[in-house]
Amino acid sequence: MRYVIVGAGPAGVVAAETLRGRDAGGEIALIGDEPGEPYARMAIPYVLTGKIGESGARLRKTKDHYRALGIRTVPGRAARLDRGKKELALADGTKLTFDSLLIATGAHAIKPPVPGLDLPGVHHCWTMADARAIAKRASKGAEVVLVGAGFIGCIILESLVERGVKLSVVESESRMLPKMMDEAGGEMIARWCAAKGVKVLTATRLKGVAQGKGERLAVTLDPGGTVPADLVVIATGVKANTDFLAGSNLKLEDGVRVDDRLCADGNSIYAAGDCAQGPDFSGGFMVHAIQPTAAEHGRIAAVNMTGGDARYKGSLIMNVLDTAGLISASFGHWERGEEARALDAKAFRYVKLAFDGDRLAGALTIGLTDHVGAIRGLIQTRAALGGWKAKLMRDPTRVAEAFVASSCAPRAQARGTS
Amino acid sequence: MMMSLHIDPAKCTGCLQCELACSYDNEGVFNPSKSRIKVFNFHDEGRFVPYTCTQCAEAWCLQACPVDAISVDLKTGAKVVSDSLCVGCKVCTIACPFGTVNYNASTGKVLKCDLCGGDPECAKACPTQAITYVDANWTGLERMRTWAAKTDSGPRATH
Ligand SMILES: Cc1cc2nc3c(=O)[nH]c(=O)nc-3n(C[C@H](O)[C@H](O)[C@H](O)COP(=O)(O)OP(=O)(O)OC[C@H]3O[C@@H](n4cnc5c(N)ncnc54)[C@H](O)[C@@H]3O)c2cc1C
Ligand code: SF4
Ligand code: SF4
Repeated sequence: MRYVIVGAGPAGVVAAETLRGRDAGGEIALIGDEPGEPYARMAIPYVLTGKIGESGARLRKTKDHYRALGIRTVPGRAARLDRGKKELALADGTKLTFDSLLIATGAHAIKPPVPGLDLPGVHHCWTMADARAIAKRASKGAEVVLVGAGFIGCIILESLVERGVKLSVVESESRMLPKMMDEAGGEMIARWCAAKGVKVLTATRLKGVAQGKGERLAVTLDPGGTVPADLVVIATGVKANTDFLAGSNLKLEDGVRVDDRLCADGNSIYAAGDCAQGPDFSGGFMVHAIQPTAAEHGRIAAVNMTGGDARYKGSLIMNVLDTAGLISASFGHWERGEEARALDAKAFRYVKLAFDGDRLAGALTIGLTDHVGAIRGLIQTRAALGGWKAKLMRDPTRVAEAFVASSCAPRAQARGTS
Repeated sequence: MMMSLHIDPAKCTGCLQCELACSYDNEGVFNPSKSRIKVFNFHDEGRFVPYTCTQCAEAWCLQACPVDAISVDLKTGAKVVSDSLCVGCKVCTIACPFGTVNYNASTGKVLKCDLCGGDPECAKACPTQAITYVDANWTGLERMRTWAAKTDSGPRATH
């Protein structure tokens, strides 16, 4: 079998390893268009803070990892797919034929349509190259405008704060983290950031960037007028890397639309990770641009590419975030259904649970770090809460207890003193 | 022979010796909040449940880690966090559906049970044998494993 994987991020790498585990003799080509060894984007913030060097962001740490597994890494950029010939053309003219193809190209950061975003000193924070450019300008005391206070924006915020810059964060919506947090949560995080010296400008739009004095930039905000900056970081959203699939007749929506086997054409073409619009745990098909989904997708796609029949039950959207020391998390659908809330504004603690009948469907937490994963457990096992529903309605902070009670109690009884 | 922790909540009296032994041995402090095993106290039922990582086969934490900081100790089967590789992103803390990886703000890394390299302090400290370290076939972890399978957002078996 000839397997071709486009994209050497977490989805592509996990897939390549899984393919090898299941097919000792198959040919595996892993195509990547970024220089250097495959790395984890989500480790970029820690490169920026100096917690790790660039090599610490590598997905795999052992020397010769890919070669030892017989995975051929191919530097290059996929430019065109010919489904009839089962052939992938790279930008440099190389052609690769495949029996089975995995599209794992991730996404790229996009810019809002305002002038001046091509000036030196305006950067995304999506690739290692972006991180290097940011590190050059984000020195202690530098004035930095971060545009976009979504999940990615807030993750970068943490590193910028640690670098000691003077930071303003601009968000067009009325609160920070408009998708990951509700009003109360977004407000609490904004209040925390403000107390840490970050200027939080919500309901504010970026109108444009112009060259200021010397290397400096002049950033125009509405409201707010024009402010000087040494660096502007744009984190206003991403888009799936599917351009090279134009004309391929694959179904492209927010990403490559795949079925519950992560197959895009019902036959030999699969997609995984940030570029794939796959099954959502609660129904429907969504792009869940998170690391755990990329890894799960990579594994399941590879099982199916090697003749298995693994049906994905869907990814659960979940995020954990550290904004200058305040830790928050969100799981599943917290925005609908019956809810229970516990909020302590002074202590910066918040737990909100959302139920679907007597099952947990989603949650938001701020300031909770112990046993948070149990929330995933409760949601994903669709555990009937029984008597615990009423307890959680009274005190949602007991959510980990609810999980332990429902997962351990019957075992203790059944096992007795075995 | 693979060994694993066997927890029998019915025998637990809530003395917290395990938490103290764990935090002392691993973190150098007698501080239950730094323990990798936690005794849940169900006041209204008068019941205690010692709770820690089952070293589950699915290893959600390991799969989710972006920088390969969690690996399997071939001797014990434990999923072990490498402090030098961990960047503290906390993704494993939300990925483990048992909630048995916790973030430690004082180190900026995560804590999870590593079976103490094959000689778990909690089991040695437990005066009632609610926690024992025994042949893996005897641990009765099946229920939690079943639970893990239910949680699987992917295929249950390897095909
Ligand atoms: C700063 C930052 C912080 C993040 N933090 C978190 C976090 O805390 N938690 C979390 O869950 N997620 C986080 N993420 C998101 C996470 O990194 C992504 O979900 C994950 O990287 C997706 O993996 P992937 O393999 O699908 O795509 P990618 O990692 O984007 O890899 C795709 C690769 O394919 C390459 N490629 C694209 N097109 C082509 C082509 N035509 N030919 C060849 N190669 C191509 C790309 O250049 C890239 O190298 C973060 C992302 C960023 C940028
Ligand atoms: S920490 Fe959780 S996911 Fe990791 S091995 Fe233990 S139980 Fe499994
Ligand atoms: S916190 Fe550490 S061990 Fe956990 S996923 Fe992140 S890097 Fe890996």
